[in-house]
Amino acid sequence: MTSRLAFVARRVLLTIPVLFVMSIVVFLIIRLVPGDPVRTMLGFRATDANVAEVRHQLGLDQDILTQYLNWAGALFRGDLGSDIVSHAPLSELLAQRLPVTFELTGLAIVLAVAIGVPLGIRAATGGRWVKRLTEGFVVFGISIPDFWLGIMLVLLFTGTLAILPPSGYVPFADDPVNNLRYMILPVLTLAVGEAAYILRTTRSALTGVLDRPFITFLRAKGLSTRRIVSGHALRNAAPAIVTVIGIQIGVLLGGAIIIETLFALPGVGRLVVTAITQRNYPAVQAGVLAIAVTFIVVSLITDILVGALDPRVSDGKST
Amino acid sequence: MSPDDRIEVPADVLQFTDVSVTFATDDASPVGPAVDGVTLALRRGEIFGIVGESGSGKSTLANAVMGLLPGTATVTGSILVNGREVVGQDDAQLRSMRGDEVSMIFQDASASLDPTWPVGDQIAETIRAHRLIDRREAKARATALMTEVGIPDAADRYGDAPHRLSGGQRQRIVIAAALANDPQLLIADEPTTALDVTIQAQVLELIDRLRTVHGTTVLLISHDLGVIAQVCDRVGVMYGGVLLEVATARELFRAPKHPYTRALLAANPAGAPRGTRLPVIPAAWSIESLSEAELLAQAKEAER
Amino acid sequence: MSVQTQLERVAPITTPRARRRSSTRFLLGGGALLGVLAILAIAAPLLAPHDPEAVVVREVLGAPSFDHPFGSDVLGRDVLSRVLYGLRVSLLVSVSAVLVSTIIAVPLGLLAGYFGRWVDTTISRTLDMILVLPAMLLAITFIAILGPGSAVAALAIAVIYLPILARVMRSSTLIVTRNEFVVGARARGAGHLRVIVSHVAPNAMGPVIVQASVLSAFALQLEAGLSFLGLGTQPPTPSLGGMLSDGRDVLVQAPWVEIFPGLAIVVAVLAFTFLGEGLRRAFDPKGVAE
Ligand SMILES: Nc1ncnc2c1ncn2[C@@H]1O[C@H](COP(=O)(O)OP(=O)(O)O)[C@@H](O)[C@H]1O
Ligand SMILES: [Mg+2]
Repeated sequence: MTSRLAFVARRVLLTIPVLFVMSIVVFLIIRLVPGDPVRTMLGFRATDANVAEVRHQLGLDQDILTQYLNWAGALFRGDLGSDIVSHAPLSELLAQRLPVTFELTGLAIVLAVAIGVPLGIRAATGGRWVKRLTEGFVVFGISIPDFWLGIMLVLLFTGTLAILPPSGYVPFADDPVNNLRYMILPVLTLAVGEAAYILRTTRSALTGVLDRPFITFLRAKGLSTRRIVSGHALRNAAPAIVTVIGIQIGVLLGGAIIIETLFALPGVGRLVVTAITQRNYPAVQAGVLAIAVTFIVVSLITDILVGALDPRVSDGKST
Repeated sequence: MSPDDRIEVPADVLQFTDVSVTFATDDASPVGPAVDGVTLALRRGEIFGIVGESGSGKSTLANAVMGLLPGTATVTGSILVNGREVVGQDDAQLRSMRGDEVSMIFQDASASLDPTWPVGDQIAETIRAHRLIDRREAKARATALMTEVGIPDAADRYGDAPHRLSGGQRQRIVIAAALANDPQLLIADEPTTALDVTIQAQVLELIDRLRTVHGTTVLLISHDLGVIAQVCDRVGVMYGGVLLEVATARELFRAPKHPYTRALLAANPAGAPRGTRLPVIPAAWSIESLSEAELLAQAKEAER
Repeated sequence: MSVQTQLERVAPITTPRARRRSSTRFLLGGGALLGVLAILAIAAPLLAPHDPEAVVVREVLGAPSFDHPFGSDVLGRDVLSRVLYGLRVSLLVSVSAVLVSTIIAVPLGLLAGYFGRWVDTTISRTLDMILVLPAMLLAITFIAILGPGSAVAALAIAVIYLPILARVMRSSTLIVTRNEFVVGARARGAGHLRVIVSHVAPNAMGPVIVQASVLSAFALQLEAGLSFLGLGTQPPTPSLGGMLSDGRDVLVQAPWVEIFPGLAIVVAVLAFTFLGEGLRRAFDPKGVAE
């Protein structure tokens, strides 16, 4: 038990340098803009006084180390600065938009796992036709760009069948039923590709496990095939599957940037895209930061889960 | 204790009659059967050794008893376990036999255990697969078995993952899991090959002791003459899928009948130290290609 | 029952010939498809029936016809011509991005794998930093800094794939370096550079080529996604992603504006995927590429 705790502690400590590198990347976003970022931001009509004021406001008139320390210090207090366009505090903006992104990606990963894992098990243990069909689904899911799939789904469900709204959003708290109606297509769009990856991983991890000698011993002990697969093979394949799910959540967060724009969902991804076109650098920083931190936390949880699933990992032995 | 002192029980625990196994290959090139016409009966309570070089069909023969051969294998002949036919049985019937009436252990114990499961549960699971008993009872029985096979502080080690145990201890766990339901027959396929020599001796002693206490019949497969010499009552020699000769261990080492056996012993004097591997016999020895007389001549040559 | 089949099956005994046959099928399929796409892209100016940027008010949202096989878009532009030109941009951006990335990754992976120790640590840890952000987010970050455009998109894609390609090259270098002919060459007194260039590099390239082909498929999707967001190739230059974005509002009235560019992406992605699979079976039997 103590070794488990030590493992978790070690893994948590390891995220500190990652967070540090990430913070530098985000910090540099505005400072690496070629030319004068403030002028680029404010446009040609801005007066010199205006530019100087915003520069001071963003702390860009200090030396770089002071800038970073001030920025990081403010970050710790939850102060992300304010939006150049709307002047609203970015922390409030994120608080509104993160739930949308979390709902979208959370539902998508749940759906992807619900499709991918059972199909992966069937693919690893089934007959020739099951294998062919699942392989077809994998190729389909991996080769179709998710946003085009989304467009085709809109064409089908709002054009031809006319049963779902093409785009839009209402908060879950205001109108749960319509919130979910708006979420169906974007979630489905994101989930199909992810399900294909999860299916493929489940299949190959499980196939690998089923070839191992301990499976033969389990059969020699008189266990049923169902028990062997559900009690042992899946348990052994789980770390690989969980690892890939963690990585795919990163991909999903990236995909959400496009899908939110496609379906007009007011999430963080759409915030970033809009901010980039408006050269609203503080908002870009805040959005990138939010997605990156989410990804890092997900990776942390994934690794801890893998450690819990595989006693050798938490004992510090390589598998 | 020698088997001769025992009271004969009518039905043999295990009886092979003209058993052959052929593997289908994906290209049409014909290969001979992996097991070729084996006829053999094991007496109750004996340790019967099968010796033969690698690839001689020992594992295939053992797996045929358990119904563990891959789908590409075709088994002909008859295999009777306690008088009941095994060949052609469906999986449900085989499953109720495996781990209960007949158990099997394999070469590499480290690879035989699920790395993610506590070792104790892997013993308890065998019991629960065949007996309607509750979790707590199974756990108590598994702990007792761990103690019996010589795991110190069994209750404390019950929850350990396999990688926390030594190689010898893992093999003991595997033996405990195999013996959990008091099987009448234990098939041990190279059970000590992956272990170092001192641990090998301990594991063999354990198998011998358990056989004595529980009256289990043991089919012990090895390519190591030293292992065979240490514990077996009777020995069968396999070569190229054929069971060449069966004799008591003493007879075999003192007066081998078949020329191949003689060649084998010539290369590995009786009482060879444990750990001695059988030499791979050159292709020229293929028994199909040689007449009895030629084999004899070669065996004599080898003796010099 | 089917589960049983799996448990009882033996590892398939694939003969070298069977493997070669299956790899040839993928190589031929993917290669031929890609060849056709490349010809279409390169010869777009000759093949396109219309000027891809010519606005024709009369033809706005025209359905597919003999004159416009793929129909025409919101501005009356010929969709087929725009798909051909868009393919050109998409292939150019994705292939050049992966190419640049590979050219940088190969020496880095070679050095890390061959010398090991601190050289490996330095290179590997530095490249790992790129993986701190999800790929799409990193691309977006690049574009936020440098501004939208196809060149920036290509640069971003090149940077994203650098750690993956370098890692594959490093692994295959590690395997090759252990081979006796490399050890032998060193023992005969050959210098490091000579050994790397004439012994290690040629034998370690297989997996990285496989990986590059697989990544080209992803690069193509990434480029299309960025252009869809208006962050990649900029209008009026036609791009497949940009076309999908233009037609988004008229999807139901004029689905052809959305269907054909999307199909073009799918076909190109499949071409790279098949090619990659064929190359993998032929040149990466150990499965070093991810
Ligand atoms: N799954 C299989 N498929 C095809 N041939 C096999 C298979 N298992 C064993 N064989 C062949 O059967 C013969 C006997 O093998 P085996 O029983 O493993 O020998 P031993 O256990 O004595 O070393 C060998 O020629 C081997 O190649
Ligand atoms: Mg064997």
